[in-house]
Amino acid sequence: MSTLFSYIFFPGFVFTALLGIIASGIDRKVTARIQWRQGPPLLQPLYDFIKLLGKETLVPAGASRLTFLITPVFGLAAVSIVSTILWGALINPKESFVGDFIVVLYLLAIPSLSIIIGGFASRNRIASLGASREMKFILSYELPFIMVLLIPVIQTGNIRLGDIVTAQMSSGLSVGTVSGFIALLAGILCIQAKLGLVPFDASEAEQEIVAGPFIEYSGTPLAIFKLTKWMMLVTLPLFLVVMYMPSSNPVHIAIRYIIILVLTILIRNTNPRLRIDQVMRFFWTKVAFVSLIAVILALLKL
Amino acid sequence: MSTKLRALLKSPFVFHLATSPCNNCDIEILDALTPRYDLERFGIQLVGSIRHADVLLVTGVPNHKNAKILKELYDQASKPCLVVAIGTCACGRGMFKNSYNSPGTIDSIIPVNAYIPGCPPKPEAIIMGVVKLIKSIEDTLKKK
Repeated sequence: MSTLFSYIFFPGFVFTALLGIIASGIDRKVTARIQWRQGPPLLQPLYDFIKLLGKETLVPAGASRLTFLITPVFGLAAVSIVSTILWGALINPKESFVGDFIVVLYLLAIPSLSIIIGGFASRNRIASLGASREMKFILSYELPFIMVLLIPVIQTGNIRLGDIVTAQMSSGLSVGTVSGFIALLAGILCIQAKLGLVPFDASEAEQEIVAGPFIEYSGTPLAIFKLTKWMMLVTLPLFLVVMYMPSSNPVHIAIRYIIILVLTILIRNTNPRLRIDQVMRFFWTKVAFVSLIAVILALLKL
Repeated sequence: MSTKLRALLKSPFVFHLATSPCNNCDIEILDALTPRYDLERFGIQLVGSIRHADVLLVTGVPNHKNAKILKELYDQASKPCLVVAIGTCACGRGMFKNSYNSPGTIDSIIPVNAYIPGCPPKPEAIIMGVVKLIKSIEDTLKKK
C-alpha cells in the first residue's frame, strides 16, 4: 500500500507532475525575460493542461488506433517510476535496490521510444520524419550519456543509487573532482538533447516540420505528452543532482536543481537549432571524446 | 461545455491560415505575436498544427482552390475551436465581391466567431478584437 502511495502520490507521479508544471512555468518566464517580455503567468502550463484535457481527441484516418492512443501513457508511466526511484534515493538512500541505476537508464529511454512509436502510428509523413529524427537523436546522445553517468559509479564503486548518494555524502561530492566536473558539463548537454530543447530540437522543430511526431495528436494524448515532457524537466536534472552532487538538505537539492534548470534554459535561449547531421557529429565526436577523457580521468582517480 | 470554454480562454493556441490574401493581414498578425506586444502574457501561442489549435485566424478571400482546404482544416480541428476573420477581405470580401474566382465569404464556408475589419487591421485592432471575443464568450458563460 505504501509502495503504491509512493509511486502515485508522493514522491511519484502527482508530486513530480506539480513540480514539472512549475519548472515549465519557470522555463517560459525566464525565456520571456531574456526576450525582454513579461511572459505568461507561472501556472500557465497548468491552464494549458486543463484546456487540452477538455478538447476533443481525434484519431487520423488509417492510423493504428490503439498504438496511437496508448503510447503517451507508457512514456508517462516510465517517467513516474524514474522520479519515484530518484526521489527515493535522495530521501531514503538505504531503501534503494541493487541495480536501480541501470533500471533508471533503461526507463529514461522509454519516453523517447513512446514519441517515436506514436509518431509512426499516426500515419502522417511529417510525423514519420520527426520520429526518424528522434531515433537518430537516441543513437547520438545515448552513448555519451551512459559514459558520463559511469563516472560516479567508477568513483564510488557502486551500482546502487542509494550507495552512490551515501558514499558521496561521506567522502566528497563527485562534482568536486576534475572528472566529475567535466562529466557534469557533458551531462547537461546530453539532457538538453534528451529533453528536446533548442539547439537539439530538430525532431519537433515547429518551423520546419510543425511539431514533428506530435502533429496529429490532440486533446488528452497531447496533454499526456506535454505532462511527460514537463516531468522530464524535473527528472533529468534531478538525475544529475543525484549522481554528481547529492545532499540530504532539501534546500541544497532545490538550489542545485535550479542551477541545472536555469543553465539548460540559458543554453536553449542563446543557441540556434542544429541540423540532425550536425547533432550526430557533435555528440559522436566532441561530447563522446570529452566523456571518454572524463572516464579515463575517473579511472586514474582524479 | 462551459468549463471547457473557460479553460480555453486562459490558453488559446492560435493557428494562422491564409486563404489567398495580399499578405498584409498576415504580416500584421505576425506583428501582433512579436515580443513587443507579448501575447504570451494571456497564454496565446502560435502553433504549427491545426490539431493543437483552439483559435483559427483566417485572412483573405477564399478562392475555388482553397475554399475546400479551409473547410477541411476546420473539420480537422479538435473542437471547441473559435474562428476569427481578420481583414476586410475575410470579413466580407471587400473589393473582390464580384470576382469570378471567389465562391463566397469565409462565413459562408465555416462559422465565424469574430470579425476584425481593416485593410490591414493594426496589431492593436487585432488584440482588441480578440479581447472583445473573449469578453463576449465570458458574458454568454455568465448568463448560463
